[in-house]
Amino acid sequence: MSAPAPSMYSPEAAKVAERLGLKMGRPNLEEFADTLLALAKEDRNVVVVTSDSRGSGKLGPFGQALPKQIIELGIAEQNLVGVAAGLASAGKIVYAVSPACFLTARALEQIKNDVAYSDNAVKVIGISAGVSYGALGSTHHSLHDLAALRAINNIEIVVPADNFETREVIKAAAKRKHPIYIRFGKAPLYTLHGSGASFDIGKAIRLRHGTDVTFIATGETVVHALLASESLREKGMSCGVLSVHTVKPLDAESILRAARESRAVITVEEHMVHGGLGEACAGLFLQSGTVPQKFRIVGIPDEHTVTGSQADIFRHYGISMEGLGAAAMKLLARVTLS
Amino acid sequence: MSFTDRRLALKSIRLRRRVLEIIKHAGAGHTGGSLSCLDILNVLYNRVLRVSPETFGDPDRDRYIQSKGHSVEALYAVLADRGFFPDSKLETLCGYDSPFVGHPTRDVPGIEQNTGALGHGLPIGVGTAIAGKLDGKDYRVFVLMGDGELAEGSNWEAAMSAAHYDLDNLVAIVDHNTLQITGRTRDVCSNEPLDEKFKSFGWEVKVVDGHSIPQLTDAFSPRDHAGSGTGKPLVVIANTTKGKGISFMEDVAKWHHGVPSDAEYDKALKELDAVLSKAEAEGAFA
Repeated sequence: MSAPAPSMYSPEAAKVAERLGLKMGRPNLEEFADTLLALAKEDRNVVVVTSDSRGSGKLGPFGQALPKQIIELGIAEQNLVGVAAGLASAGKIVYAVSPACFLTARALEQIKNDVAYSDNAVKVIGISAGVSYGALGSTHHSLHDLAALRAINNIEIVVPADNFETREVIKAAAKRKHPIYIRFGKAPLYTLHGSGASFDIGKAIRLRHGTDVTFIATGETVVHALLASESLREKGMSCGVLSVHTVKPLDAESILRAARESRAVITVEEHMVHGGLGEACAGLFLQSGTVPQKFRIVGIPDEHTVTGSQADIFRHYGISMEGLGAAAMKLLARVTLS
Repeated sequence: MSFTDRRLALKSIRLRRRVLEIIKHAGAGHTGGSLSCLDILNVLYNRVLRVSPETFGDPDRDRYIQSKGHSVEALYAVLADRGFFPDSKLETLCGYDSPFVGHPTRDVPGIEQNTGALGHGLPIGVGTAIAGKLDGKDYRVFVLMGDGELAEGSNWEAAMSAAHYDLDNLVAIVDHNTLQITGRTRDVCSNEPLDEKFKSFGWEVKVVDGHSIPQLTDAFSPRDHAGSGTGKPLVVIANTTKGKGISFMEDVAKWHHGVPSDAEYDKALKELDAVLSKAEAEGAFA
């Protein structure tokens, strides 16, 4: 009998989620697979390309339902991306699906040349991204992908925070005429957005306004920022939360507005602190002249990543309600009160 | 438009001349490989490929992907000759803000894919060929590779998948000039026997003289593979000579990206012009 997976949320965090009325959704991976199947049933030009990854990608039902629209290439990520580029150039709506760690490292040159440079509108889908495969070790982590792809022209980067953002970006990607990279994990997530929410690639979603500190977060860290903001609110602080699902192109307007509203800004990402959302925001702040009084990047530091599950790794590096709350308190203690 | 073998062979001489002119003008280029693959390109674009400047956007067109992107000067010369763009544009080769860079890009009319990094063309060709099968189209996909390029593992990933998917609408061509930048391919990283390797990967293999217009024409003939029921992708191993057509460049590795000096350039043009003059005297252009 295996041990139960450690929770991403402490009992206290789960209580805060309950007070906020957050409902537990399902893994983004499953949302992706079902959304893609629905798209493919409507349009036979939609194809998915896999590298022995249909199981990891929850694409078993897709393969059963639409065997002609799933192209299996075996464990060969370079070929996967090249073939996807060829399919796209011939008019197919192609989702190239493989674990983010392999897809964006081993096949980086194919993404750069065959997809981005040649402008073949492949939807590059990095599954089990970040430290989703926590306990499997660094070979299976993708903490470089946002940095690597941010440095490549002609590819959008989207990191959805919940099932809603995942569903919307997978649908929107089908209509995109240029390359896009989408990465997500496989743990169940709270649903952050109500039924009235709207989603546009390139447009960050404001979850909360706040004057003390704003969390500018991306992907599956956003929920932890939201929980932290609520726990801080209960202590009398005003905390904003911005879900920056699109890391490239950056929604400069929303990010700068958030920075102007708050005395401190904390960015949060499931990525190394180099080259990801945090440094993108730092560059934006400095070059725009809108510089928060205090600023901190929370992510995975440049060190041999601690071993353990995704939840262990998040907690260790302060990507949790408690960790982000403490980071905010520490930062605010150093802010000059005006 | 149809050419006799003789006329097509003479076109190759004129195209070689043009390759040298544009490389000399730019002061850069991949001379040796462009000269080795030129007859292949000439036969493809003037006899085989179902594509023209007018039909380049047609989803049913045949596709040509030049995986050995560095030999782009041969492709530019052939595309200009076929009217994809005015020949005078080649004066901008490798120049500021010119689309005619040192490797193929889609900014140039007639070019299917941006290439240059080796080992990329065959996977893209496999994807394009699978799309053709899925859509029930009868177009063919041709991918030109160098023999040195075959050290890139991605080619063999693609070779496996091409056989797995029975892509008899895919034709890989190996410009088998046996030289790469460092020297003999067999000394750098031997990949022989190529024919046996491709056979064992499930491909149909043809070995031809890569400078013989009739042999190339025959090898690329649709009757021989697509729709023949073989269900196999075809590789044409074209035995060629790097630097073909210029006596002092032939089979010499340093011409991989060598640019001729003024004296070398004059000598090279004289050699080609002598062939053309002789042909004219014999009435070949009448």
